[in-house]
Amino acid sequence: MARLELVGLNKRFGAHTAVRDLTLEVRDGELMCLLGPSGCGKTTTLRMIGGFETPDAGDIRIDGRSVTALPPERRPTAMVFQRYNLWPHMTVEGNIAFGLRLRRRPRAQIDAKVRDVLALVGLPDVGGKYPHQLSGGQQQRVAVARALVLEPQLLLLDEPFSNLDARLRVHMREEVKQLQREIGITTVFVTHDQEEALTIADRITVMHDGVAEQVDTPSSLYANPRTLFVADFIGTMNVMPARVHRADGAVAAGPWRLPLPDPSWPDGTEVSLAVRPEDLIIDPAGAAAHVRRVMNLGHYLQVLADVPGVGAVRLFTDKDTPPGEGQEIGVRIARALVFKDGRPVEVGRTERPAAGSAPATIQSTAAPAAPRGTDLDGR
Amino acid sequence: MTGVLWPWAAAVFRRAVGAAALLALASFILGPLLTLLVWAFAGTWLFPNLLPEFSLRWWAFVLGNADVGKAIRMSLLSAPTATLISAVICIPAAYAFARLEFPARRALLLSFLSANAFPKIGLYVSIATLLYRLDLMDTFTGVVLIQLVNTLLFMIWIPTGTFRGINRNLEEAARDAGAGPLRTFFQITLPIALPGIMVAGLFAFIAAFDEAQGTLIVGTPNHMTMPVLMYNLVLSYPQPVGAVFSILLSLPSLVLLLFAQRYLRAGYLAAGYSL
Repeated sequence: MARLELVGLNKRFGAHTAVRDLTLEVRDGELMCLLGPSGCGKTTTLRMIGGFETPDAGDIRIDGRSVTALPPERRPTAMVFQRYNLWPHMTVEGNIAFGLRLRRRPRAQIDAKVRDVLALVGLPDVGGKYPHQLSGGQQQRVAVARALVLEPQLLLLDEPFSNLDARLRVHMREEVKQLQREIGITTVFVTHDQEEALTIADRITVMHDGVAEQVDTPSSLYANPRTLFVADFIGTMNVMPARVHRADGAVAAGPWRLPLPDPSWPDGTEVSLAVRPEDLIIDPAGAAAHVRRVMNLGHYLQVLADVPGVGAVRLFTDKDTPPGEGQEIGVRIARALVFKDGRPVEVGRTERPAAGSAPATIQSTAAPAAPRGTDLDGR
Repeated sequence: MTGVLWPWAAAVFRRAVGAAALLALASFILGPLLTLLVWAFAGTWLFPNLLPEFSLRWWAFVLGNADVGKAIRMSLLSAPTATLISAVICIPAAYAFARLEFPARRALLLSFLSANAFPKIGLYVSIATLLYRLDLMDTFTGVVLIQLVNTLLFMIWIPTGTFRGINRNLEEAARDAGAGPLRTFFQITLPIALPGIMVAGLFAFIAAFDEAQGTLIVGTPNHMTMPVLMYNLVLSYPQPVGAVFSILLSLPSLVLLLFAQRYLRAGYLAAGYSL
């Protein structure tokens, strides 16, 4: 098993900088997701790890050994591509055995390994078939099998399920997660699907414009985003412009007044407020809002409400006291992240009600709870 | 009554027009071939008779002719040689055109058209003067060289398109599995590109096999291929001789075409180009 280190990786394509000063450590046996919108440099990073792109600067180390100068065939990595993985002129068996035959393994051993790995990915009977006789999901499973059969130190997955339909995608990623746990292989998984990343990753690197914005576990990425981009990109987030009012000792966003987290902030400073939908609470004493739409999302409701001076906000509420469309309601902020100069300060605290309890039963003050004022992660 | 009859008549008319068009097309394509066949097996064909009397006389004459045997041998040697040489030259070049970025890539690719952009006869005459200096006139090498002028275009353009159609992931996956660049080319890229290369080879073979102008200039008098001999036969012998020889001339390409059609239909090939 292996540990991967990326040290100061840089990659440019002409005038476009794809990856900028990327430093990252993937621990032994960890599943690391590279997550970001298209063009953020995540695939380029993965291709540099696999040896398909050469970094302009920086170093790639596996278990402390630099592999930057090695071609793909001499790296202990195995890659599964988004599509076009399998060689159409070979059977599934031929595809999987290709790397083993190159290594001149004895025939009996090759047969046994192919059989084992096909069983591992749940396709014991397809060895004699050609790739075009398999479904898209089966093809990707065979590709995973072909990668695993060489017992690489590092498994690289480049959006391997993004061409599959939604149900199959969910199923496949669960399978891959299980498989990865079972064999304990260090894995780097590239995806643009945050749900996919949040559900399978041990840790996630959120990338934006070639830069790693934040490296964290899924839960702390959701609870404590360190940049406005991460806050907006992970999960649903209401982002609204706000301004510091020193006289009131408050941060003002539309009708809302939040306690000023730091009295040293100059008056009139523009900041951004990021509020999770579950931290917007329906409360008659809160700011007036007009319900535009109510969407049933299964076990909870998403309410789209217009707040004067802020615009549309999204909030989650349970189904016990559904507001009607067109109704006027009061909304207050239980917890928000105030981003000043790109850094967050937490204000208030999450009071996510236990399932089933009505949100109206909590405290009736319009003002949110006292600020904790802690600078997250001590920055 | 007419209101009921009319649509029926219109349908008949439409079908009649369709059938007539088909017949016209068929006779346009098959007519000359049919005439050729009739002539090839004609003995004597005198005026009022619709069909000639059947005879294999001209076949015996043609196949018994020493020049014909020599020309057939010459054609069946030179055309495959030209095809093979152009494959050896062009397939690596086509791969480079498809995969690598280098200066003047487009201009070079277009330059292969240039041989077809000018009247060939002028080109052949100037090549002939060059070959004369090099002492290659009336040699097998000279004939193959002149045939290469026609095969290069096919052997570059079709495989370039084929290679470009092969997803890079397929090659990268092979590198990933431990194969070096050469092994990747020979075990992955080339087999997947084979159908396209076969088509290119077929076109190249036909182009080389069919070449008459240049071979006439470079190969006479001792290195005559079948199409060159055709001039001779048509000018000096009765019509059935030309017909017999035409059939002989079209046999190799016909056989190759049938073979290629059969080969290209193999099921797994389509999957290489789209998932």
